[in-house]
Amino acid sequence: MATVATPGLGGKTEAHDPHESYLAEKGLKSWLFTLDHKRIGIMYLIGVLAAFLLGGILALLVRLELFTAGRTIMTAEQYNKVFSMHGIVMVFLFIIPAVPGALGNIFLPIQLGTKDVAFPRLNLTSFYVWLLGAVFGLYTMIHGGVDTGWTFYTPYSSKFTNTSVIPMLTAAFILGFSSILTGVNFIATVHTMRAPGMSWKRLPLFIWALYATSIIQVLATPVLAITLFLLIFERAFGLGIFDPSMGGDPVLFQHFFWFYSHPAVYIMIVPGMGVISEIICTFSRRAPFGYFFIAMSSLGLALLGFLVWGHHMFVAGMSEYSTMVFSALTFLVGIPSGVKVFNWVTTLYKGSISLKSPMLYALGFIFLFTIGGLTGLFLAMLAVDVHLHDTYFVVAHFHYVMVGGTVIAFVGGLHYWWPKFTGKMYNEGMARVAFALVFIGFNVTFLSQFVLGSRGMPRRYYDYLPEFQSLHQVSTIGSWILGLGFLVMLVMFVQSLQQGKDAPRNPWGSAALEWQTPTPIPFHNFVDQPVITRGPYDYHLATEAELDEGYAPGERPADADD
Amino acid sequence: MFQQPLLDANEPASSTLQLPVAMSTGADAIDWLYYFIYWFSVVFTVGITAATLYFVWKYRRRKGVSAAPTQENTALELSWTVPPVLLIVWMFHVSYSAYIRNAVAADNALEIRVRGARWNWSYQYPDGTPESGDALYLPVNKPVKMVMSSSDVLHDYFVPAFRLKKDVVPGMYSQLAFTPNRLGEAQVFCAEYCGAGAGPTAGGHFSMLSKIKIVTEAEYEAHLKKIKDIPAELKDKENGTALWGEQLYKGKGCTTCHSVDGSAATGPTFKGVWGRTETLTTGEQVKVDENYVRESILRPQAKIVKTFENGNMPPFVFTEKQVDAIIAYLKTTK
Repeated sequence: MATVATPGLGGKTEAHDPHESYLAEKGLKSWLFTLDHKRIGIMYLIGVLAAFLLGGILALLVRLELFTAGRTIMTAEQYNKVFSMHGIVMVFLFIIPAVPGALGNIFLPIQLGTKDVAFPRLNLTSFYVWLLGAVFGLYTMIHGGVDTGWTFYTPYSSKFTNTSVIPMLTAAFILGFSSILTGVNFIATVHTMRAPGMSWKRLPLFIWALYATSIIQVLATPVLAITLFLLIFERAFGLGIFDPSMGGDPVLFQHFFWFYSHPAVYIMIVPGMGVISEIICTFSRRAPFGYFFIAMSSLGLALLGFLVWGHHMFVAGMSEYSTMVFSALTFLVGIPSGVKVFNWVTTLYKGSISLKSPMLYALGFIFLFTIGGLTGLFLAMLAVDVHLHDTYFVVAHFHYVMVGGTVIAFVGGLHYWWPKFTGKMYNEGMARVAFALVFIGFNVTFLSQFVLGSRGMPRRYYDYLPEFQSLHQVSTIGSWILGLGFLVMLVMFVQSLQQGKDAPRNPWGSAALEWQTPTPIPFHNFVDQPVITRGPYDYHLATEAELDEGYAPGERPADADD
Repeated sequence: MFQQPLLDANEPASSTLQLPVAMSTGADAIDWLYYFIYWFSVVFTVGITAATLYFVWKYRRRKGVSAAPTQENTALELSWTVPPVLLIVWMFHVSYSAYIRNAVAADNALEIRVRGARWNWSYQYPDGTPESGDALYLPVNKPVKMVMSSSDVLHDYFVPAFRLKKDVVPGMYSQLAFTPNRLGEAQVFCAEYCGAGAGPTAGGHFSMLSKIKIVTEAEYEAHLKKIKDIPAELKDKENGTALWGEQLYKGKGCTTCHSVDGSAATGPTFKGVWGRTETLTTGEQVKVDENYVRESILRPQAKIVKTFENGNMPPFVFTEKQVDAIIAYLKTTK
């Protein structure tokens, strides 16, 4: 087959052998100026993993400080900065871009059967915009950080704190644009770039999830930009929007902030749900039960996500009527979330289930997300929320959704697709050990926080009453187990890159499209333009050989085991 | 279902593993809801987990056995969509009812004025008397309405024993309504992050604590009478007024920003403050005398000492006698 010519940067024409791996070209320039969605995805992956490491170290410092009442390792001022930076780094730099920016960028075009996203230059731009935002964030940290919490509530953030609020707001402002650009790109790609035969009804659930997420990113993020912009102006020039001493309204800031930040919760969790749907189908060798319901529940969550921001403000001083409406709408979120959980479990029924490490993460996700979702019901119930609001119960609840949900899904997806995009297998035994440590460590850390909160321990406290000490210590010990789990995982992935066995084309025996192309992925994703004749989960149409071999005929190396 | 039985206020308040002691009439309904949703969640989680584990074991991958193709089943989909909708409608109803009952104060409620300021709470009784210590006294079985305001940032008045909290917002009043029904002490926290001061002894969000002492009607009246005047045990002492001033200094949270040993903090030290000549932010000089101290307590922003521009001291409510006592105390902090 002839090489395909594509226009590259600077009007040059680069020739690529369609069989050649996308990783074949060497040199820093080939990465920094790449328009290849897979390479941009890899750069995102390195970026978000670095942010995760930084945010994780900050989390361990927070937990260490709380190991004893009073001062353990830092002052109250330092503690306030450390927990604020933990939240900001994790939310804006890691969890929002993690699944769409890294896994989505690499696999969305491949799952659609196309060469790239609709706007490759915009895609690279979105990465560099993310990087610019990250640079501002790092500058803020070196400059002493901020102590406002990741929520930047006024008037504390606009008038009282003397920390580097403006550079940090600028960082979040810039990061928002990166998120919008990715969203626009994905929506255009899903609408216009699907391979012949890739009908909407054959769209993988991961794509449905990314599509729903992209809609939220495009619609909600501008509101965050406006909010942060107003706050910057208030702090820098005394614009009296939120400051009551200038006639402003501090509660208005909360409305603006949560109008973005609640939908942002779905920007974080919906792509994770998409990953879980893929993993469960592959490792049960079965089409998802209720494909249509799972796909539509992603869109349902995206829509409902815009209507429930007020539940962050049940005790903020809104009218009783507003709280009533927001409570009722918040309960509705439980329905699409429940639908997903029921459908995932039913998908297992009469499947052919393999418990490889990605599947362990998917099953762990179902358990942790169920707890995260149900504790959300406690908080939707107005009378109960008034007691639990702004306590450790809320901290535990959103960590079950954000870490037990999104991070577990992201890590599961990383294990699942790792052989495809790196071309290397990893040590399954080590992967399982890491999973066990992460799962146990996470539950020890955060189950104890539910009890701390329901017994009345407020959030963001540097010091606490003696009665809370034992539960805080359990939680801190849990954080060490959790940290150890991630450390084992890091070693396992580094080892895989250095000395991992070459991965076969389809190591898990999946019927999905991305596993039909060679490993590592060719530059144009497929050797020939694929024509889609079956859905990604049509296991009854896949041959035994295809599922069990993992190799295309003639590809199997002599030393391959299993 | 939520009818509150008449309780013996002397019976010690009990706590459960997950919830702290309950000391108000509204708390029991909330606890019932909490445990209802808790057990619902336990059953649901165990059910989902058991089904998952059973399927994983029963349908584990075996040679020669392939997965059964997936059938659509709309009836099943509807069965786990519609009943949960009915359940959440009911849950919304009961939780909103319990909430709205707590939101409205009785007509004859005792009105307590609460002021939040970094990092302490201060109280004023219905007749205008400010509380001089750090605990609020309330009579048992009497409805209370709190009218709350903040003089700086957002705070939140949180009483776990009443299962109540409400943000305290600068520029507006917010309210809490409850009826304490047990004798004893209820812990108060600030539950909305409000920063921290500089230095190892400075306070912060975490130290913005207070207590509510629930006492009998007679004890409440006695307390009100007592705080209007110098404490009995100090009355006959030679330097009793200054000692009362010291009590106020410690009880009202002045210690968070003003030291008496000369160490630096958010506000000027009280060591040697009396008669000192201070340079103000305006460049003007002022001698610390009775009038300057009085003005600085009641209107702190009027004359700020240079380098303490960011202190943001809130105004305090004191009776005339209490201001006298503080002046007497400041004369002794040499």
